[in-house]
Amino acid sequence: MLTKRIIPCLDIRDGRTVKGVNFVNIRDAGDPVELAAQYAQQGADELVFLDITATVEGRETFVELVARIAAVLNIPFTVGGGISTVEQVSRLLQAGADKVSINSAAVKNPQLIDDIAANFGSQALVVAIDTRTLPDGKAHVHTHGGRTATALETVAWAQECARRGAGEILLTSMDADGTQNGFALDITRQVADAVPIPVIASGGGGTAEHFARVFAQGRADAGLAASIFHFGTLPVPALKAQLRETYQIPVR
Amino acid sequence: MQVAIVKYNAGNSTSVAHALRRLGIEPVLTDDADTLRNADKIIFPGQGEAASAMRYLRQRGLDTLLAGLTQPFLGICLGLQLMCTHTEEGDTPCLNLVPVQVRRFPPGDKVPHMGWNTLDSVSGPLFEGIPAGTYFYFVHSYYAERNAAHTTAQCTYQVPFSAALHRDNFHAVQFHPEKSSEAGERLLHNFLRL
Repeated sequence: MLTKRIIPCLDIRDGRTVKGVNFVNIRDAGDPVELAAQYAQQGADELVFLDITATVEGRETFVELVARIAAVLNIPFTVGGGISTVEQVSRLLQAGADKVSINSAAVKNPQLIDDIAANFGSQALVVAIDTRTLPDGKAHVHTHGGRTATALETVAWAQECARRGAGEILLTSMDADGTQNGFALDITRQVADAVPIPVIASGGGGTAEHFARVFAQGRADAGLAASIFHFGTLPVPALKAQLRETYQIPVR
Repeated sequence: MQVAIVKYNAGNSTSVAHALRRLGIEPVLTDDADTLRNADKIIFPGQGEAASAMRYLRQRGLDTLLAGLTQPFLGICLGLQLMCTHTEEGDTPCLNLVPVQVRRFPPGDKVPHMGWNTLDSVSGPLFEGIPAGTYFYFVHSYYAERNAAHTTAQCTYQVPFSAALHRDNFHAVQFHPEKSSEAGERLLHNFLRL
């Protein structure tokens, strides 16, 4: 049976993880390569590395880091952060990433989705959508780390992304992000029902129940989180055990 | 041991090469006829679109070259589909190394079939030490039909399909062993021992 995927996300700046990670057997909590291997061993289904570096030098470091991660990691991983050209995608995939994630650049230039899908296949392309409910009561796409509201409605944009060749949607609710009060079930469900491709839910996951609900009610195919895994509040093995035993959610 | 990865326009060779290195093998990525013929093992990865991949292979004569190889040969993902008779993707005749048809998943559930799925049944030396129920990582929108003589592993997503095929020296898996954690490493290890 196809399982629901659990995906830890690591923020990277200048080739190092930004937040400290509470692993017992870790020698260097800032080394993404060591953390990646540790997550894989814990049973994470995939990993996402988000480059939040602003400098050109930092971006070069990130490509080198992707190559080092690819050499050791035996599960799939996605890289994202500031990708805006097919050439950047080519370098990251050649370095060994399985998928790239694009966000603001796709909103600015939707043709980028078609171009990446045509060159590398839909399986290599995740379109990340940051969504927040505006005073009009509708969920709108936000760009630039969720700071800038756009006129695009989230569900319609997700459908356009799928039509243009996205292989997956990574949907982050800015309303829920950082709260650990649970994923945004309504918008996740609306997007998941509206597109024929898998949806990764992100933002607000704090407990196994939150994941169970976003899989069952939100119809997400995967759940992504950062802090709960990094700080050891809810380690991947414990989360999966609870999903399996308490909530009868199929996980690997 | 010389392991050759077939170089062509749809081969995602980086991950496969890394997986082989983790097993102590330094593979060679090549489309050279002599190098391929003389290799001990051949790996035929694949990712992308079938019609353009087949066109590329035909234009360079790689289709007849691959069909004539006699050493252990492992197709992965699109590689498996290209080894079949025909695929619905672009209505494309394929290499016909295994007499099986490739079809598009029916609309209904999400396509691609993406993520970790279990094998319903397994047989043959590639799956030594890998019991039915083991998880592998899949990403594909088309699937190879089942064939009583050639299906060596079955998986189910909407429909039961061939997760692995075998005929003579030709082996193929629909999942990505290079991305399937320890189980994938075991499968590659088994292949290298054939």
